[in-house]
Amino acid sequence: MASLITCPHCGTRPKEEFSIRGTALGRPHPAVSEEDWHRYVYLRDNPKGRYQEYWHHAAGCRRWLVVDRDNVTHDVFGVTDAATFGRVGE
Amino acid sequence: MRYSAYSIIKQALSGNRLWTPAWREPEPKPHYDVIIVGGGGHGLSTAYYLAKEFGITNIAVLEKGYIGSGNVGRNTTIIRSNYLLEGNIPFYEFSLKLWEGLEQDFNYNAMVSQRGVMMLAHSDGQRDAYARRGNAMRMHGVDAELLDRKQLQTLMPYLNYDHARFPILAGLLQKRGGTVRHDAVAWGYARGADMRGVDIIQHCEVNAIRRDEQGRVTGVETNKGFIGCNKLALATAGHSSETARMAGLELPIETHVLQAFVSEGIKPVVDHVIVYGAGHFYISQSDKGGLVFGADIDYYSSYAQRGNLATVEHTMEEGVSLIPGLSRGKVLRAWGGVMDMSMDGSPIIDRTPIDNLYLNAGWCYGGFKATPASGFCFAHLIAKNESHHVSRFLRLDRFERGHMIDEAGKGPQPNIH
Repeated sequence: MASLITCPHCGTRPKEEFSIRGTALGRPHPAVSEEDWHRYVYLRDNPKGRYQEYWHHAAGCRRWLVVDRDNVTHDVFGVTDAATFGRVGE
Repeated sequence: MRYSAYSIIKQALSGNRLWTPAWREPEPKPHYDVIIVGGGGHGLSTAYYLAKEFGITNIAVLEKGYIGSGNVGRNTTIIRSNYLLEGNIPFYEFSLKLWEGLEQDFNYNAMVSQRGVMMLAHSDGQRDAYARRGNAMRMHGVDAELLDRKQLQTLMPYLNYDHARFPILAGLLQKRGGTVRHDAVAWGYARGADMRGVDIIQHCEVNAIRRDEQGRVTGVETNKGFIGCNKLALATAGHSSETARMAGLELPIETHVLQAFVSEGIKPVVDHVIVYGAGHFYISQSDKGGLVFGADIDYYSSYAQRGNLATVEHTMEEGVSLIPGLSRGKVLRAWGGVMDMSMDGSPIIDRTPIDNLYLNAGWCYGGFKATPASGFCFAHLIAKNESHHVSRFLRLDRFERGHMIDEAGKGPQPNIH
């Protein structure tokens, strides 16, 4: 695993500064169906390979980030602020 | 060949030249009644119980690596049934009972050692929670004892009782818990299944699941060609999402890596399995003398069977915080295994919405202790098309119905279960 993560706000920082939430999924619109909410809360594509994941820079800028990486080779392709990640249905 | 004291003497007198392989290496047949994908502990025990208890012997177990190469050989070998919730206690207790009779049952020495599992409490609240858990266990007929500090100090004097932040106040002991030699479990089940006619096909990777016009599963495409089946059973924890995807299923699972460690061999010191209540650290001592321990997963999704140094450091810190003397030891080996982390921390043994497709998944990092019951209940499900009564809560659709079995009360966040 990449031990260094390049935060868009703080620069290259050790991995231990971050806490990890899980798969980066766009939050659905409140009015979508129960089935869509079930998919959002419980079901995961869980791919082997390229993966986007929410990381919180807990010991830094405290921003939520999306880390785009490979969960087999552990390459990190990019880190963006989660605010630019968007919502589904908006 | 049946193993016994007599067979050992007989082999010894003939210079140990007459031992035969513990299982055959057959080529796949064109069609089986049941194909089990995954030759790990759960897949092999499923095949064993299908053949032994449910009379289905025309079975293939397909393993992409070799027997014992996956999580069945990558865990910390702990068995216990000290759970809290209704959906879990009877299941894990059934498993522990099967462990107790396993070696006689499959005629193989798995070194089942009921040395006791101790969970330590470090605050009044945690002691109360363990008292509650112990009561829940006893109400289900499972053994549990709450020990106070003085009793603990007699049993395990080497712990750090007066830690400034996490003093040890009490411990919940399950005496029937313990450890088992994990690879012998895989070999014993493989041999037992093979003796009853099951084909164990190693280095056979499933690439696709074939279905007919009605959507029913009819077989699998592998690197050894197409193999047909009446029923297909997936037991590929760690890679469940990948195999289920071949049938178009999306699972409530994220894959994470969990590391484990073993120290150099030292004289006997840790007589039990000890679980640190202030962290996630757990430790036992193998019969060779190595201290076997682990702690948290690495928190990020990973399919790589290797972990991160930060987690290594964290594990060592927890260990030294609990047992200061550990700081003088040396770690010999470290390894990682990939885990199906489910959305409520509990597993799934169920039919799927697809005809002829059965799923055994989501074991988080508690799959080893469940190996016998998982196989027995999965075999029951495959043979009778209905859940065994102790696994009836472990349904795939429980998330949709709102019947989670969330032992730790953490919600749908797989990496903290």
